[in-house]
Amino acid sequence: MIKILDWAKKYTSKSVVFLLGSLWLIFVLAPIYFMVLSSLRRQGTYVTANPWVPSGPLTLHQYYVVFHSGLGTYLVNSLLITAACIILSLALSLSASFRIIRGTSRFSKTSLRLIVFGLAIPIQAIIIPIYVIIDKLGLYDTLTALILVMTASAIPVSVLIMVSYVRDIPRELIDAMATDGANEWVIFRRLILPLSGPVLATVGIYNGINVWNNFLVPLVLTQSNSTAVLPLGLYKFQSQFGIDVPAVMAAVLLSAIPLLILYIGMRKQFIRGLSGIAMR
Amino acid sequence: MLGKSEYSLPPSIKKRNSRRGDLPKKVVGSYWKADLVGLMPTMALYVFLVLLPIVIAGLLSLYSWNGVGSLRFSGFANWDAFFHDPIAAHSLEVTIVLALVSWAIQTPISMALGFFIAGKQRYRTVYAALYLLPLLLSTVGIGLVWQALLDPNFGGLAWLAQNAGLSFLQQNWLGSNSLALWTIIVLIAWQFIPFHTLLYQMGRRQVPNVLYEAASIDGATKWKQFVHITLPQLRYTIVVSSTLMLVGSLTYFDMIYVLTDGGPGDTTRVLSLDMYQAAFVANTFGYASVLAVVLGVIGVVVALLLVRFTGFSSLSSQREGIA
Repeated sequence: MIKILDWAKKYTSKSVVFLLGSLWLIFVLAPIYFMVLSSLRRQGTYVTANPWVPSGPLTLHQYYVVFHSGLGTYLVNSLLITAACIILSLALSLSASFRIIRGTSRFSKTSLRLIVFGLAIPIQAIIIPIYVIIDKLGLYDTLTALILVMTASAIPVSVLIMVSYVRDIPRELIDAMATDGANEWVIFRRLILPLSGPVLATVGIYNGINVWNNFLVPLVLTQSNSTAVLPLGLYKFQSQFGIDVPAVMAAVLLSAIPLLILYIGMRKQFIRGLSGIAMR
Repeated sequence: MLGKSEYSLPPSIKKRNSRRGDLPKKVVGSYWKADLVGLMPTMALYVFLVLLPIVIAGLLSLYSWNGVGSLRFSGFANWDAFFHDPIAAHSLEVTIVLALVSWAIQTPISMALGFFIAGKQRYRTVYAALYLLPLLLSTVGIGLVWQALLDPNFGGLAWLAQNAGLSFLQQNWLGSNSLALWTIIVLIAWQFIPFHTLLYQMGRRQVPNVLYEAASIDGATKWKQFVHITLPQLRYTIVVSSTLMLVGSLTYFDMIYVLTDGGPGDTTRVLSLDMYQAAFVANTFGYASVLAVVLGVIGVVVALLLVRFTGFSSLSSQREGIA
């Protein structure tokens, strides 16, 4: 009897957990489902059709429309600055982390302190001076400005994660190479760099996602259509297409495809990169 | 502590022979030159575009400037205006409400979901993969999707209200004074809970199961296990997640800018939006810098307080380990 009660209790609590978990899943998926389905309608049918059931005529027409109204440019811009920021931030942060770990000069010792200081500063707090500096340099409304600013703001987190990684590379290895007559460049090139694959992947993905989705920096530092990146482009679409909701939904969906590919293709690294901050 | 093992070195450490031949001549020799090449560019960029702006923001708050003309020193006039500005006071209030309510909503849900997907059942692995989907969309994208969904005339919720009898869904979600802020809070939760779920999942998986087994042999209830094992063991995760949540929502900007632009009225006007408008709409850069400094100080103070109150010193030990 008691056994049956125990079993019933366990079974009920398991079902409750399953039910709650499923409810959350519905809450997560409903807007995404709504977006996908709406993007397959024409503007006319969108207002009349049931938005939750794939009935009536569905079409890829809207994808064609948005791709021919500038989404391609935004996509290329986004890919460009994301790639540039990833490469730059990785190169700058890894080399800096190596020099900080070597601690060979007073400069390299104080650098880490300066970098830790910048960690807690939100970008909103410094966006005005950044705008002023970029404007004075004549870089306003250029992709270069976006690359420089986003790379700089990625440095604190990147360096902190990399420093704790590079620190774990055995001292003896570095010393052994130095005794063998290798100079700092050779040590970096032949020891540090080959060993840093995992941390480069993590930080690279983390920085990449942040750059890809950043809205405030491009909003403040660019204005023309030719320099707009995806998040800004989506915002422009909204005013351009107004009530053509299917077109806007198609644009949102297209803009998420690169990350979706990344997520499906390399989920482990993607998740590790996302939670990069917490792992340090 | 968390995920340290993820960073362990690959087992095969290949030491290759060094060849002096492939070096740029300049670098050969002194450490000083190595620091110049390896560290200087990084620090230059960082100082120029992160540290210098902090200083400029502070200085600019003492000037009156419209962004194009000449700077005029005005002492603490901007600060004085800030302390007597009812709009700024209101923005500050909205910002704090948004941050605290977001934290109070997101933390328990993320924790529960994190524990849920930390389980090894197959269906939970599938759920876990799907739970993360919102992370693939940019804030603007999320804003646009929800805007269409919540549209009181043609949105998905309005359809359900009109055709499925769920009339409570017929609301002007983003356009009513009493609802807009709460709607924004729910959307922020939708966007960020997946990320924090991920953190709690990783945290929960690090807690050794032996602890629970021992406790249940001693007759500890589930609740007691949660209070005495789970919470203390997850201290690190809770601090990290809460810091990110609070600092994140204190500086929240994107979705509000896209969806409500502070409206209706000033009901969703947060400090970062106030700052953006003061600078780039009203061209009062001095006053906007006051708001920026306030934002920066709030962010830093919250981070420091959380670190202190929770007796959590990862940042300081990180530094100690190196210096």
